[in-house]
Amino acid sequence: MLHWFNQKFLSPKTFYTTSSSLLPWFIAAFVLCFGYGLIAGLFFAPADYQQGDGFRIIYVHVPSAFAAMAIYSVMAVSAVLTLVFRIKIAAICMSCSAQIGAWFTFLALVTGSIWGKPMWGTWWIWDARLTSVLILLFLYLGFIALQSVITDQQNRDRAGAIVAIVGVINLPIIHYSVIWWNTLHQGPTISQFATPSIAPSMLYPLLAMIAAFLFFYAVILILCMQNQILLREIKSQWTKEVLCYDY
Amino acid sequence: MTINQLIDMGGYGAYIWTTYAITLLVFGINLFTSIHEKRRVKKMIQQYWAQPSKLT
Amino acid sequence: MFSSLFTIMRHEILMTMRQAFSWLTPLLFFVIVVCLFPLALGPDTDLLNKVAPAIIWVAALLAILMSIGNIFRSDAEEGYLDLLLLSPVPLTLLVLCKVFSHWMTNCLPLILISPLLGLLLHLNAHEEYALIITLLLGTPVLSLLGAIGAALIVGIRGHGLLLPILIMPLYIPVLIFGTGTMMAANANLPINGYFAIMGALILLSLASAPLLTGLALRIGVNQ
Repeated sequence: MLHWFNQKFLSPKTFYTTSSSLLPWFIAAFVLCFGYGLIAGLFFAPADYQQGDGFRIIYVHVPSAFAAMAIYSVMAVSAVLTLVFRIKIAAICMSCSAQIGAWFTFLALVTGSIWGKPMWGTWWIWDARLTSVLILLFLYLGFIALQSVITDQQNRDRAGAIVAIVGVINLPIIHYSVIWWNTLHQGPTISQFATPSIAPSMLYPLLAMIAAFLFFYAVILILCMQNQILLREIKSQWTKEVLCYDY
Repeated sequence: MTINQLIDMGGYGAYIWTTYAITLLVFGINLFTSIHEKRRVKKMIQQYWAQPSKLT
Repeated sequence: MFSSLFTIMRHEILMTMRQAFSWLTPLLFFVIVVCLFPLALGPDTDLLNKVAPAIIWVAALLAILMSIGNIFRSDAEEGYLDLLLLSPVPLTLLVLCKVFSHWMTNCLPLILISPLLGLLLHLNAHEEYALIITLLLGTPVLSLLGAIGAALIVGIRGHGLLLPILIMPLYIPVLIFGTGTMMAANANLPINGYFAIMGALILLSLASAPLLTGLALRIGVNQ
């Protein structure tokens, strides 16, 4: 019965057609959220009491960090589905999520670093959160590196799934050991990363930007997954009909 | 807000605009590679189905 | 069943001992890397004492990484791995045997020579004690986690430095707690709690790593 479910709802062809119809909606949602977030965040949100206009970097930094973590969770869930239930779509989702996730993690680190320079006087600081995000980037890159070197498709999926699962099991351990390590080595300067409560006029653009980043992830994920599906299913008849589509 | 105020952003202009530029760059790179890959895959499919053995 | 496990362990250890290269090179690598740091940092006693935990632990980490990548390689090439996968003995236990043999031949020499290296870096007796115990508790975890990586890359030709990239994030908690223990010993703080945490890490790896290694082996042997 699981096989029937797999065939009917989770087949690559069904996913391809469903995602094609969903794609315009995700693009529209992304444009709306991103547009509102950008304009409201840059122009209409009032300047912060402590940080002045410099706090506006939050509108790209926090969404990218949030998205990076969320994408890793999606990857981990897909990995479990790949390994346990052998669902092909889950394997494709996992591989595609890794690339976008790595980009977002990189973006979070870079924007955070540029935010840190005017605010806290330094490009980088080895505090718990930054170190954890850096290690997350290494986990992403290790996954991508392994997948790029295995030639057989099925082995690539399953080996990647194991790496993703091992990573997600270790992520809490790494995170808490890094927090502990950071308290051990607390220097004289106190980290000023505690965020006070945030005003609504600042909050709504932030939420919109977080949603925008997640919609962007959805758009790129769908495009990437469709490419992967076409490549894997190239021998099936239905790929012929795909050529009629415009984009 | 005047244009000059906008670009200056209370002294933080360079940092803010750099970060937004990098963000848009990352978005652009991802979009571009996905669409480019899509075109490449479409071409591959076209070539695959245009083979004489598959035309039947 | 235990006789077959014992045979495997004896076989592994004998093979490694017969070829001095297998167990000697990680040891020499460890010693040489530790000796590089005073050359790089200068002979200041206090500085060396302060960074000694970090130096010894990172060097041990790298030495183990270099050797663990190959524990399944020769078996895979000779087809012995396929036989192991078909045996009635649970794969988890077989993996545990191999990892234990690797630990005995590669990590135990490191642990035995570490007091000497501690002397080179001006560690006092209490810190040496902490060093030996943390290495004793930490190296099994490194071997176990490294085995997962080794199993993942077992069929891949030309994988280069993929194993360190895969396994380093997993090594970070062990590194943090290992060096943390030694730094606490340096400051004359109680360290039994740290030993307990490292013990917890060993138990966690013992419970999860052989299982995942077995899974990865089944995948890898198809390549």
